[in-house]
Parts: sequence; structure tokens; C-alpha cells
Amino acid sequence: MAEAAACGGRMLEVRIWRGRDDGAFVSYEVPARANQTVLDVVTWVQRHLEPTLAYRFACRVGVCGSCAMTVNGRPRWTCRTHVGRLAGDGPLAIEPLRNLPRIRDLVCDLEPFFTRWQRAGGRFVATSTRRDPLPRIAPDSEARRAVDAGIECINCAVCHAACDVVAWRPEYLGPAPLNRAWTLVNDIRHGAREETLDRVRGDAGCHACHSQMSCSEFCPVGIAPTAAIAGLKRASLRHLLGRRDE
Amino acid sequence: MRAAHRRHPGYLAFLAHRLSGLALALFLPFHFLFLATAIEGEAALEGALAWTANPLAKLAEWGLVTLLALHLALGLRVLAIEFLPWRGPLRLWVGLGGGAALATGLLFLAALGR
Repeated sequence: MAEAAACGGRMLEVRIWRGRDDGAFVSYEVPARANQTVLDVVTWVQRHLEPTLAYRFACRVGVCGSCAMTVNGRPRWTCRTHVGRLAGDGPLAIEPLRNLPRIRDLVCDLEPFFTRWQRAGGRFVATSTRRDPLPRIAPDSEARRAVDAGIECINCAVCHAACDVVAWRPEYLGPAPLNRAWTLVNDIRHGAREETLDRVRGDAGCHACHSQMSCSEFCPVGIAPTAAIAGLKRASLRHLLGRRDE
Repeated sequence: MRAAHRRHPGYLAFLAHRLSGLALALFLPFHFLFLATAIEGEAALEGALAWTANPLAKLAEWGLVTLLALHLALGLRVLAIEFLPWRGPLRLWVGLGGGAALATGLLFLAALGR
């Protein structure tokens, strides 16, 4: 980032969470740039002021889903969140994601999040080998469109952090694993569609969702897990009534 | 800052739906107690009915009708989310629900004033 791009020597006031649960915000001053993401700000602090600051990132372009943090109280992907577009002129407050155990500074332990993917039956079970012909799936079929709507998830855990039901009920599977389950239930190549549906029909599954829609509101790639969860609820109802979809 | 992740129409709709539901549930025992005065005879019921003429009871009635309308409209929102094909954050539904409840409340207020 060229120094020439600095905004006339203006400084940003940034508050960053340091430590674990019993940590605290520490204030830093970072040069304001004309074009600067929240991840740029955190990186600047680590490189110039606080070499021990722990945070997580990889691709920096909104693909890997590693850099999600809580910015001014909202869960966001920091690499694609421009400081200039954040509402309000107050100090920038950056914390780790909600609803996950904190490790240090801005780093959370994502294990509880990915354990839920397994519990929701999110593992694809192949029904054919590479020597078999590819199954033909009509692009405009209802099932294929349902898969399309949810398949671009980058596993960033923003929805998990945004969801109050996750905060209230620790056993709740949460938006991303349920969204994944819905894409698998609609995937005719998946060999365990019944099992996946069985796993998400329980008390801590799709029926625990209160349609608060925080997941859909904050998903950085525009997925609406609420729609996927609603689909699972309908599939569960049909299952209860004894009808199977093919 | 703590509740910033809750500041959006979907959460507002959830909160209004839940709180109106709780308020209506609290009202129900009083409603049944009120109706039960009929068992004690005509005079008891008439006495209770006369009490509802006071402005405070009228105001409570208006609140009740508005809460019922709000709860109904937001219940329809949940049904729409779960049974209709939709895209986007359903802001329109939240607006329509709130608007319908407000309109019902205003109509009831106008009817009271007649």
C-alpha cells in the first residue's frame, strides 16, 4: 500500500480485542487510506505496532473464509469490508467472532463449528466411481436450483456468530451446517440423503430455527440459510406425512 | 454495540412476534376470569362490562387488538418463510406485517372514538 494513498495524514482510531475471554480492547492509531479494508487495518497494527497480535487470514480476496471477525458489533469478512463503507465515524472496534471459544486476540477455535457440519450429515457419500457415467441433472430442476442457492458457502462462520439460537442452545446445529445438509438432501448423487435428513430433523436441527434471519442478513456471499432451513422443515414435514421426494 | 447484530428487520420481526405472543398469553387468564363473571349471574357480568367503559380499559383494548393484529401478521410472515419460495431478506413482509398491525390498531381507535 503506497504511502501516497494516505488520506492527508489522517489517523484512524482502532480498538482491537487483546487476550482471551478476560482480555480487553486496546486502542491503536492507524493511518487512514483512501481504500482500506478492516483486514488491512489489522495487518498494519500487527506489522507496525503489535507484532504479537494474533489473527487469521489466508486469501485476502473473499474466497477462503478465514478472516471473519466482529466489526463494530457485526460479524463480517474483514478482507472485503472497506473501512470507508462502515456506517458511523466512531472508532473501529474489532473483536473475535461470537459463539466460538476464543484462543487469543482475534483468533477463535472453529472446531465446534465444523463438528456441527459432521453432526448434520454434511459429508458427501459417493454412489458412483470415476469410471461410471456422470449423472444427468437438469440445470433448471427444482432440486438443482436449491443446491445452487446454497453451494457457494465459504465456511467463514459469520452466520454461526450472527445467530442468537446458536448462542441460546449450544446443541443447535446452526445455519451453515443446515444449509450444507439442504444442498446434500437435494443432490441426487449423495448416497445418504435419508440419513442427512434424519440428522437434521431432530430437536436441535432445523426446527430449532426461529427465523430471526441474522444468518441471511450477514452472510457475506449472499446465501440465505433461512431458506435452506425452511426447505429442511418442509422436507421433514413431508417425511412425517410419509411422502418421499425423488 | 453489543446488540448490533440484532439491528435488522428479521430480528425485529422475531422480537415483536415473540413479545406480542407473551403479552397475549398474559392477557388470556384475565379474559377468562372476566368471562367467568357470567357464571355468577347477569349482574356480575354487567358490572364487569360497565368497568370496561373507563378510558384505561379502552386503551388496553386498543393495545390488545393491535397486538393481536401484529402477532397474526408476523405469524403469516413465518408461514411465508417456511412455505413460499422466496429470495432476499423479506423486508417487504416485515413492513407489510407492521403496517397491517398499525392500520388495524388505527381503525380500532377510530371505531372507539365513534
